[in-house]
Amino acid sequence: MAEEATFFDEMRGPDGVPREPCVRFHDWIAGEDMARLRRKAAEAEAFFRRTGITFAVYGDKGADERLIPFDIVPRILSGREWARLERGIAQRVRAINAFLQDIYHRQEILRAGRIPAALIARNDAFLPQMIGVSPPGGVYTHITGIDLVRTGPEDFHVLEDNARTPSGVSYMLENRETMLQMFPDLFVRNRVRPVSDYPARLERALAQAAPPAAAGPHPVIAVLTPGIHNSAYFEHAFLADNMGVELVQGSDLRVHKGRIAMRTTRGFTPIDVLYRRVDDDFLDPLVFRPDSMLGAAGIMDVYRAGGITIANAPGTGIADDKAIYSYMPEIVEFYTGEKPLLQNVPTWRCSEPEALAYVRDHLAELVVKEVHGSGGYGMLVGPAASRKELAAFRRKLDARPGNYIAQPTLALSTVPVLTRAGLAPRHVDLRPFCLVAPGSIEIVPGGLTRVALRKGSLVVNSSQGGGTKDTWVLEE
Amino acid sequence: MLGRTAGGLTWMFRHLERAENTARLVETGFRIALTRPGDTQGEWASVIDTAAARAAFLARHERFEAPAVIDFLLREATNPSSVRSALKAARDNARDVRTALSREVWEAVNDSWLTVQAALARPVKERDLPGVLALIRQQCALVRGALHGSMLRNDMFNFTRIGTFIERADSTARIVDVKYYVLLPSIAQVGSAVDNVQWETILRSAGGYRAFRWHKGAEITPRGIAEFLLLDACMPRSLAFCTGKVAANLGYIAQDYGAATDSQAMADALQARLVGHTVDEVFEEGLHEFILSFLADLGALARQIETDYRFFA
Repeated sequence: MAEEATFFDEMRGPDGVPREPCVRFHDWIAGEDMARLRRKAAEAEAFFRRTGITFAVYGDKGADERLIPFDIVPRILSGREWARLERGIAQRVRAINAFLQDIYHRQEILRAGRIPAALIARNDAFLPQMIGVSPPGGVYTHITGIDLVRTGPEDFHVLEDNARTPSGVSYMLENRETMLQMFPDLFVRNRVRPVSDYPARLERALAQAAPPAAAGPHPVIAVLTPGIHNSAYFEHAFLADNMGVELVQGSDLRVHKGRIAMRTTRGFTPIDVLYRRVDDDFLDPLVFRPDSMLGAAGIMDVYRAGGITIANAPGTGIADDKAIYSYMPEIVEFYTGEKPLLQNVPTWRCSEPEALAYVRDHLAELVVKEVHGSGGYGMLVGPAASRKELAAFRRKLDARPGNYIAQPTLALSTVPVLTRAGLAPRHVDLRPFCLVAPGSIEIVPGGLTRVALRKGSLVVNSSQGGGTKDTWVLEE
Repeated sequence: MLGRTAGGLTWMFRHLERAENTARLVETGFRIALTRPGDTQGEWASVIDTAAARAAFLARHERFEAPAVIDFLLREATNPSSVRSALKAARDNARDVRTALSREVWEAVNDSWLTVQAALARPVKERDLPGVLALIRQQCALVRGALHGSMLRNDMFNFTRIGTFIERADSTARIVDVKYYVLLPSIAQVGSAVDNVQWETILRSAGGYRAFRWHKGAEITPRGIAEFLLLDACMPRSLAFCTGKVAANLGYIAQDYGAATDSQAMADALQARLVGHTVDEVFEEGLHEFILSFLADLGALARQIETDYRFFA
């Protein structure tokens, strides 16, 4: 594993001098009283608690609602850095949508032999029910969250493509609101591009993807949530509230006159676009898990008949599957005819014998992930694991090699956080949010910066003790 | 508005009202215990009866000792009417219907829950009880204030009011019913000291001890109390006042939606039993019988509202 000193710090460059976009912030914080900043940080926490910006941790009985720790030091990107990322993300998301369209129709990419057919056919994330189905407007991933990590001034890598129901955008928005309230002076000194129009943009993107059955110029949109016990419930309520649309649950929905309709105090109202924050498995008990109470029985039939838009479309998981991930460079090239602008992280597919042999021998240096896992559950961080943990993981690997991929431990960039002892560097990642409407792609300038609060830790997931930061994109 | 949202708003404010009513019962019991010498188990037992929790209480305790009753009414997780349970339920309802609430109302109820939960983290010592009860009352008032100051006067607001007044009517009816015998004219003739305690308990439980004196004059008579709590149009916790509010709010919704409902007709009928009648007529019917049939009709009305406005699938 690399030495602490070799990590790229985004605030202070390798020579300890503040990097160009951070100069003004650096001057500001140098003149601040640390005790005052810590008081401000405590104020921010009280604000989050009061507003109810909490999340639930599964399997954590003691505290059923927790705060995601918020760090007041922003993560700052220059306009130029962002422009590059923006192009790369748009290219990647365009490719993902083309891939989904292809994989559920003609499967040209398989015929061309660019990715193995078995990888699709035997993949649980591939939904046969979506074969031949064309989503309204041709959009599969209305919302995509691309996880990026940085290892140097010019080196961004895509860690994951979240094409199912990416979460975290409410934190991007609330973090900014909090910063604006606490440190208005900072925003006078720095020209930070706003993110607050995200809900309006989301609403527009969803409305533009309305199905053929939608009547009138204002499609009825609703957000589908599993309910108050879901870890991201706050975000579901937040987005519905800020778009001014209903927040529905499975029990509110039923098929009514050939449409999916919500039960209101005045009768049943058809829904045109459903932004669902429920996984495919739970979407329709008649088609997927029969025991699901979270979806709407019959929604897939209505969907196939053009009676509703489901965002994201069912079956998009095949595009962010970790086994598919390693083929993303080929996928981008195949559909866009361009070289990928964003790099992938080198990935060993343990389903391949040679790769498996390498991974077994180098387990202590690698990060090993479950192909279908998410949220940092079930992964191994080799350099941080004990010998016993490594041996146990090796057994799991041997039992189901196809279930795993491995990647080198990346030297993730750091950004300072405010600690009791002053500023100290911690590792970060970045999840920008990309909106796709028929014929357009938009990316809000910013995203969710997650930060591993424990010194030296590389795991940024909130379920594993990570925090968040405000993410600034500066005007050029 | 979703039917589930209408149900959530109604129940959020029922639970909030319940938390406040339970706190008032504890306050009354505590005051009586402080100001009257002797064994107060009987008083605490009737407090538990008013909270409709005798069986649940006796499942956990043998005797109606003050600390046990107070803890059961303030903190007991298995008692759905304890202040802590009711506030938690109100806050869960609020989370469920969060998009229907103004930010002020949501923050007020979330704050109330956080504050009261912290105050009730451990059993409340007697010396801290007045402060804690005042805190609960204050927190409930904050939520109500946020509601009045920040919510649009539309169907959502009407459902919050319907929940509030159904719960309040239910509470007042139970307070009267538990002690209906001391209000009967025949027994009132006795006029002993015990009876005066009973009357005071009734008025304090309904939050009307001082108001009664201002409104009805110095003399506290059983007949006057019954009239005040059942029929008085100025008393904000009387059955007449509460059913009037329920009927009015149902009327606003029906007007807004352009559709009359069965529940509106039921509320009007219930109100007609209280308006334009004298307390003597009630006594003639039998106070206990009157209250029992009122509670039954109120329950039926609440269920009809659920049906009419599709609270459940």
